[in-house]
Amino acid sequence: MSKQELLLLDCGVSPFCGRVRIALAEKGVEYESKEENVLGAKSELLLSSNPVYKKVPVLLHNGKPLCESSIIVQYIDDAWPSPPLLPTSPYERVQARFWGDFIEKKVFDGGSKIWKSKGEEIEVAKKEFIETLKQLEGTLGDKDFFGGENFGFVDILLIPLTTWFYAYEKFGDFKVEEECPKFSTWVKRCKQRENVVKALPEPEMVYEVVLMLRKMHGVE
Amino acid sequence: MADEIILLDFLPSIFGMRIRVALAEKGLKYEYREQDLWNKSPLLLEMNPVHKKIPVLIHNGKPICESTIIVQYIDEVWKDKSPLLPADPYERAQARFWADYIDKKLYDLGKKITLTKGEEQDTRKREFLEFLKLLEGELGDKPFFGGENFGFVDVSLVAFSSRFYAYESFGNFSIEAECPKLIAWTKRCMERESVSSSLLDPQKVHDFVAGMRRRYGVE
Repeated sequence: MSKQELLLLDCGVSPFCGRVRIALAEKGVEYESKEENVLGAKSELLLSSNPVYKKVPVLLHNGKPLCESSIIVQYIDDAWPSPPLLPTSPYERVQARFWGDFIEKKVFDGGSKIWKSKGEEIEVAKKEFIETLKQLEGTLGDKDFFGGENFGFVDILLIPLTTWFYAYEKFGDFKVEEECPKFSTWVKRCKQRENVVKALPEPEMVYEVVLMLRKMHGVE
Repeated sequence: MADEIILLDFLPSIFGMRIRVALAEKGLKYEYREQDLWNKSPLLLEMNPVHKKIPVLIHNGKPICESTIIVQYIDEVWKDKSPLLPADPYERAQARFWADYIDKKLYDLGKKITLTKGEEQDTRKREFLEFLKLLEGELGDKPFFGGENFGFVDVSLVAFSSRFYAYESFGNFSIEAECPKLIAWTKRCMERESVSSSLLDPQKVHDFVAGMRRRYGVE
């Protein structure tokens, strides 16, 4: 399949785009990517490909758009079955989808509350966020990855979000490694994978973006 | 081995109705257990410790939570009858997208109509109707969102139709006047026994919502 048939409307610091980049790399699939300016004027292609949300990532496969990162990752797994990202047994798939959904509901918005808050609210947001990570630690248990022995769907949904944790730590005055050591070990294990390292931005770069977002939100 | 299926549910719940429809589409027998949401049972708390919510499907003792995930599970395990998700990966992704969009928006939009008044309610009604019109556009001239066959998106959406009478009554507006194609679709769905036997009667839903309005002090 030639590169031109897959186009990713992308954004370097977006953890949601990071998920798609990692999934495509895991499958060894080649693609073109177009960096979108998500804080400025959105391109015609983005607006016409994702009229409902007008957001990245959008994956265009033979011109047909796919939106919403978790759905795109599942599509990539359906369209290129090897190596599988979701488990094969229906019950294990359910567990993977459940924790994927939990991550969607809790992690990014929970972390955002930390840098969007002022005063006492920061402490409340921080406590909730740490509680979320502890719940994830609980489900990880002693496994290498959320998928078990193999890096999979839940790992892919979660690892890009961790590039934003440095910013949360700065504004919340805490360290994930101290509060959730098992979680930190999992992060380091994922970062040993070339596909992960190549796909994700440096946390310091994300921190600069969060500083900008704080000004835009009037938090500074 | 006979499957043991238990559904922890609450009759007026839209999310519970989805599971009832999916189980009926697959012709599955199960034990229904009504839950008291204001006094949650130990079983519910044990089976869904993370969210503590219904519906929960318990299949041979193992719990599955979150309605959209439960429907996908039912579709995968009992895949030989009435497939709900399409086989083609792109169409599956589209079905997941629309079910996800419905999940993110529709429940809250509808709930806000029933819990607000005056100008705020007018705004909510407008947003709600815009949302339904977008869905009508997606339906187009197809009999179902799944195309010729009743499918995943239809299951996700149809339970909301049991609340339409309540929204119209408390919001003082007509959904059919603005979205006739969507109402035609709900009538088409109700011709299926899996749907008509699973959805709670709109009058009973209305009375439940009236009770919630009193509880929240809207009345």
